[in-house]
Amino acid sequence: MKPTDNTADTYSPQRRQILQVMGALPLLAMPGLSFAQATAQVNTTKLAVTDKEVTVGQLHSSTGTMAISETGSIQAEQLAIEQINALGGVLGRKIRLIKEDGASDWPTFAEKARKLLINDHCAAIFGCWTSASRKAVLPIFEKENGLLYYPTFYEGLEQSKNVIYTGQEATQQILYGLDWAQKEKNAKSFFLIGSDYIWPRTSMKIARKHIENFQKGKVVGEEYYPLGSTNFGSLVNKIKLQKPDCLFVAVVGGSNVAFYKALKAAGITGVKQLLLTISVTEDELTGVGGENFNGFYASMKYFQSLENENNKKFVAAFKAKYGPKAVIGDVTQASYLGPWLWKAAVEKARSFDVDKVVAASANIELTSAPEGYVKVDPNHHLWSKSRIAVGLPDASFKVVSESPNLIKPDPFPKGYQ
Amino acid sequence: MTPSDIFNITLMQGFAGLSLFAVLLLMGLGLAIIFGQMGVINMAHGEFMTIGAYTVYLGSVLTAEYAPEFMPYYFPFAIVAAFFFAFIAGWLIEWGLIRFLYQRPLDTLLATWGVSLAIQQIFRTCVGPKEVSPTLPDWLLGSWAPSEGLDIPINGIFVLSLTILVTLGVVLALYRSRWGLRVRATVSNRVMANATGIDTKKTDRLTFAIGCGIAGIAGAAFTTIGSTGPTSGQLYIVDAFLVVTFGGTASLMGTVVSAFGIAQTQSISEFFLAGSMAKVLTLSVIVLILMIRPQGLFASKVRH
Repeated sequence: MKPTDNTADTYSPQRRQILQVMGALPLLAMPGLSFAQATAQVNTTKLAVTDKEVTVGQLHSSTGTMAISETGSIQAEQLAIEQINALGGVLGRKIRLIKEDGASDWPTFAEKARKLLINDHCAAIFGCWTSASRKAVLPIFEKENGLLYYPTFYEGLEQSKNVIYTGQEATQQILYGLDWAQKEKNAKSFFLIGSDYIWPRTSMKIARKHIENFQKGKVVGEEYYPLGSTNFGSLVNKIKLQKPDCLFVAVVGGSNVAFYKALKAAGITGVKQLLLTISVTEDELTGVGGENFNGFYASMKYFQSLENENNKKFVAAFKAKYGPKAVIGDVTQASYLGPWLWKAAVEKARSFDVDKVVAASANIELTSAPEGYVKVDPNHHLWSKSRIAVGLPDASFKVVSESPNLIKPDPFPKGYQ
Repeated sequence: MTPSDIFNITLMQGFAGLSLFAVLLLMGLGLAIIFGQMGVINMAHGEFMTIGAYTVYLGSVLTAEYAPEFMPYYFPFAIVAAFFFAFIAGWLIEWGLIRFLYQRPLDTLLATWGVSLAIQQIFRTCVGPKEVSPTLPDWLLGSWAPSEGLDIPINGIFVLSLTILVTLGVVLALYRSRWGLRVRATVSNRVMANATGIDTKKTDRLTFAIGCGIAGIAGAAFTTIGSTGPTSGQLYIVDAFLVVTFGGTASLMGTVVSAFGIAQTQSISEFFLAGSMAKVLTLSVIVLILMIRPQGLFASKVRH
């Protein structure tokens, strides 16, 4: 019994190819410098680059507990690389992908990162998902001078020459959401709820500072539950006791489903209570069930239902490759940006050398991103828009608010430490 | 905050403790039979629960596909099916593995842990790594609100009633049936039971399978609370062992009392402390009591 059915196989391979190339068409408009250059010129640091090929690595968990979340990233990166190859590759060289499995285990991530950098001489690596896995590989990337494209929205407080962060850092996601709750929904008192580890705790710290110091609002509760916890009965009663204007939530993984079911079972629904989360994407929503999340809000930079030409093509290409039931969440889209940003930087630098690609990365623009226009800041995070969407009964999101401008990434926010 | 608000919240908090009690007891019941009565340290117990949970998911998908008009009624049938699937899996594993290891409890621990990893990988390959939850019938969703401001979760009521039903069933079976008599005879003196003509091998197999079947029912019931993934069983296994060990391994009454004690301690401390701190407090209390009473709350009176 497979819930991920293989209906994609009913598409003819030709049609699949056409759709994929069509999805990549807007990217053709980028400043392309794909005439071949001598390998000695574009590679002076013994990377795995030949006249025909350039080798990159992919490092995610395809087994273990994180496989649930990382599968989307694996798929999106492979789709991007296929599309780039269909357009002729990077600097005239096809991308060869070496896939490694971090197996949801942080020392394994470190070991595989070392292998990809030292044995395989990968020009770039797309990977990691949890902050723990990123922290495990970071010293290796810095020592071996590798280049990592990291897709997940995360807690910030980090910046490395060797990492490009394609997801939102904490302030981009949190501050816009809280301001929206205050202005549009008139929320003055907040109840903060998270899973008990670094990302929710750091995020809630930023949220609390923002609510108390900048919005002059009130935090009436702050609660953390162990990862995997399914017992939220007492928490629900505390919420009923405090009657906050807004629940601000960062519960992750399997707990998500239990949390929203417990709210629904206690009569706390979107009709009666404002709830804003920074941890439910389309991927989680399928598990939680549309009926349990109906009327609640999520703050992200990307939703599958975004209405723009780039996104329509991206969604069509993704579904053509992975089946019509595949869903695309925020991190999946951010993962898709990685290979394209790398291609743009390499072509701007006219070299695969990590130092030159890093130098060229600042201010790289991507007009073809599914989320819309994005730009790499010199601090290696992306300028991007923030969005608020409401959950619908059919387990999809409808965008209700969008920041008018791109939000500057600020991984070390002043006044929030 | 009016007095009626406080009254309502006290009532709801009391019920939150009761439904946690039901969850813990349901988890522990199957293990109380396998670990408590037979002495098999079954590390794969959580995976048998997952089998039950996936059965409900399968039932929901099949019903939605082939008989959508049957959706409101499939759930009770799925629970019965969950019992039988887990029962059959338990039967096969006892026959293929456990029966060779009765004299070697530590090897059983290792072997069943291996079984649990194998079952997890089978789930991951066959069902997929994503967590799933079945579409529940409408009558299981939402809350029962007898008065304004008072919401009693329906899924909580459901799990509580199911737990009472299963517990009564187990008690009746153990103390009022031929099977129960054979099990108790085998537990208290295997050689003598054999000598009186009880087929202890068959009794072992049936007992193990019934314990697994009850785990399947527990897993099925938990789909009303949380989601199911390949590793969901790992979340339950520690709590299940905790309940059985704390209650005193060979005593069914002990399992009930210990589930009640743990649930109330946790739920009340959760209300006054933070979630993670409540867990620390509960576990500390259990460790302290087990230091004073290593045999658990209720020690069995028979000599082994």
